[in-house]
Amino acid sequence: MEFALQVDVTLREGIADPAGATIERALPALGFSGVHRMRAGKTFLFAVEAPDEAAARAIAADLAARLLSNPVIEDARVRGDVS
Amino acid sequence: MRPVGVLVFPGSNCEHDVVRALGELGAPAELVWHAETDLSGYDGLVLPGGFAHGDYLRPGALARFSPVMGAVADAAAQGRPVLGICNGFQILTEAGLLPGALQQNTGLTFISRPVALRVSSNQSVLTRTTPVGTRLVIPINHFSGAYTCDDATYAQLVAGGQVVLTYEDNPNGSRGDIAGIANAAGNVVGLMPHPERAMSSLLGSADGRGLLSAFIESTVLAA
Repeated sequence: MEFALQVDVTLREGIADPAGATIERALPALGFSGVHRMRAGKTFLFAVEAPDEAAARAIAADLAARLLSNPVIEDARVRGDVS
Repeated sequence: MRPVGVLVFPGSNCEHDVVRALGELGAPAELVWHAETDLSGYDGLVLPGGFAHGDYLRPGALARFSPVMGAVADAAAQGRPVLGICNGFQILTEAGLLPGALQQNTGLTFISRPVALRVSSNQSVLTRTTPVGTRLVIPINHFSGAYTCDDATYAQLVAGGQVVLTYEDNPNGSRGDIAGIANAAGNVVGLMPHPERAMSSLLGSADGRGLLSAFIESTVLAA
């Protein structure tokens, strides 16, 4: 079976996120108030062939840890079937 | 004296400057394509600057999987001098041959200008002959040069004399003003500034010569 999965990669808590900080600083000028903790990140969408969703997610988690994110500075989260 | 191998990834762009700089200092140097898996003919290795594999995903993230990197890890483990300059530094951290990571400059701008540095440790193949405290002016040319690591790693780097170069006036938000670090053994060094671009006072600075000469001597000593 094929499962459509998503991996979100963001900088870890405590790691400076200059892009997120810059976006947040721009918000008041656009009339947004009360928006905080803005983090910028990356999203990866892909399909995995596997017998079941758990196996597909395990493959995605391995891919996320070894390539899509740098665990020194980033967190990766696998999201379920997004097809 | 056997040649220094200067690795070329798709997207490297400082390899010819490095070969020329090493040659001017008396060391034969050869370009080595990233598909090579045998580096036994080289006593030292340089990973030059540029945009290996387009810097897609993260700088160094894909270069880490180039076929040559297994042999680079072997050379590092054997104690042979390995120098990563700019993108080469990013590749060495992604490959786990140096701790920490390089993230985007705090100001989110590409910075290309000479900066003042201080030598903060002699315990590396690059700085072994330059006294601690020496001020050097060497160009930087990067978007992702802010060195980052966790508290334990930072404490270990400082305690072990592995912080080899620091910025006098931090340009990029780097932790502890770090411009260059070494591994615990001192044979693997990564730095964001480009010593190969500081080879002539007529062109702004000759401060890279001492660093690269020390690296060349180290390759002879390690042979």
